[in-house]
Amino acid sequence: MASIARRRRVGKIALHLALVPFLVFALFPFYHMALTSLKQDRELYDRQAVPLLIRQTPTLEHYTKLLWDTPFFTWMKNSLLVTLLSTTVSLVIGTLAAYALARLKFFAVSSFGTGIFVTYLVPTSLLFLPLAQVVNWLGLGDSKWALVVTYPTFLVPFCTWLLMGYFRTVPKEVEECALVDGATRVQALLRIVLPIAVPGLVCAALFAFTLSWNEFIYALTFTSSSEEITASVGITSELIRGDIYFWGSLMAGAVLGSVPIVILYVFFLDYYVSGLTAGALK
Amino acid sequence: MAVGDLAVAARPRLRVRVRELLDRERVLGPLFVTPALLLLVLLVAYPFCMALYFAVSNAFIGRPSHFIGLRNFVNLWQSDAFRQTFQNAFVFTGSAVALKLVLGIALALLLNQQLWFKRAIRGAVLLPWVIPTALSTLGWVWMFNSLYSVVNWTGIALGLMDPPGPNWLGQKYYAMTAVVTVNVWRGLPFFAITILAGLVSIPRELYEAAEADGAGPVARFWLITLPLLKPVLAVVVLFSTIFTFSDFNIVYVLTHGGPINSTHLFTTLARQVGLETGRIGEGAAISLYLFPALMFVVWAQLKFVRRQVY
Repeated sequence: MASIARRRRVGKIALHLALVPFLVFALFPFYHMALTSLKQDRELYDRQAVPLLIRQTPTLEHYTKLLWDTPFFTWMKNSLLVTLLSTTVSLVIGTLAAYALARLKFFAVSSFGTGIFVTYLVPTSLLFLPLAQVVNWLGLGDSKWALVVTYPTFLVPFCTWLLMGYFRTVPKEVEECALVDGATRVQALLRIVLPIAVPGLVCAALFAFTLSWNEFIYALTFTSSSEEITASVGITSELIRGDIYFWGSLMAGAVLGSVPIVILYVFFLDYYVSGLTAGALK
Repeated sequence: MAVGDLAVAARPRLRVRVRELLDRERVLGPLFVTPALLLLVLLVAYPFCMALYFAVSNAFIGRPSHFIGLRNFVNLWQSDAFRQTFQNAFVFTGSAVALKLVLGIALALLLNQQLWFKRAIRGAVLLPWVIPTALSTLGWVWMFNSLYSVVNWTGIALGLMDPPGPNWLGQKYYAMTAVVTVNVWRGLPFFAITILAGLVSIPRELYEAAEADGAGPVARFWLITLPLLKPVLAVVVLFSTIFTFSDFNIVYVLTHGGPINSTHLFTTLARQVGLETGRIGEGAAISLYLFPALMFVVWAQLKFVRRQVY
């Protein structure tokens, strides 16, 4: 008896040991980023020092330099503005389209559904060149508003696709009851379907927020001046002067630029896991 | 006065009529999809048509353009940079997707066991996928730095490398290895978590029956797990193929396509040619090489995977 329990325990420890390389691979870059951002330059650029630890006193000078000597606040503000606006707009447009596709019968509904799915697969890097022209024609060249307008092109198909799956899980009968009782379709959507689909809405909002916060190629192409760029672009382009890399401040920027996503992630981990599989499998 | 009466009488009737109209699926449906449709026509379909036109024109930033037929494509095939890029795209996508698939299955099998700290482990595994890629790749640039690389330091300390170790981002094959590594690092969570969802949905009884028949763990994996995972694996591989093929962020931040174009992908070369040198026509032609891959993935998804939906 005892030996079986022991064998099981050994097996379990071996299982966890097998996971260690994967966890180190996943987490080490973040550890190293945080570590670098806290090191004094003297230790950072000492080739004899051990790069895995901080031996001298840690310092916040890279952070203070980033916050006071660069327009980092402006970049974060831009990122936040663009992300919040494009997420909200996409969620509204996506909800309407998803409800129509999941519940209503009308002309060409299935080809519209296919169209949404195809655009869901179109990578942003396919269309950035002509889209830059469109942005210029709209008078939005080098403006963060160009991003508010263009981010919905990938967020709307995503939200629609995700929400369609959630709306389908709401039993038709519940809605039909409301319709029989004299509610209109719009009321049924607002009072019956949406409250039931709240987890789906949260999921879509989280993913839309994450996707637009992390977006890079449009931001890099459509904006360039320091007052208009987002955090990702600012940190990767403005902190590098010529060939000189300020590694401490760069890593501090990478850490701070990830903070909003990390906060959401810690609170809504389960939504991320379920949304990831729902988006891909439904 | 008569007009005022009419208006008062007409208003409620109008409201009733609008209400009735909105209750018809044939009216409400198109109304609800109009915003999405407008957006996609104006900012996806229209730019796509522009891309098609650019590709057969000599468009240059700030200059009127003319139709030049397929000359852009001919020029591309005569340039070493493009031929190198074409090859890179397949090497990069092939090796990154294959690695993510194999490691993803392995990781999903591990995550599917009874684990301590299950939620924390899942959280850690998924982390590289949610952090902004451009920023986390910057961390990798530092890890691969030619003088202070922590990768080389660790390799030398463990006796795996001879000092000073490879210059990861400055040598041809090492740079490709670095780019693939970072792509695998970022894409692995998507594979692992999605495959895990597929594993969870395989009925336990199948394994119990196989075990009763004397099938060992290896046989159970090949005869039950893998065949039943096939649909999930197909979706994951198709999704990942298109997004790996069209990757931009990792290459742009890590190597800028260098050294000597050895890590350029279609997207990064398109940006360099189209924006940095201003030859939009040629840049658009490069971007369009993503399109056959996209069409193939869409076709395969619609035909095999989502048949049940539409």
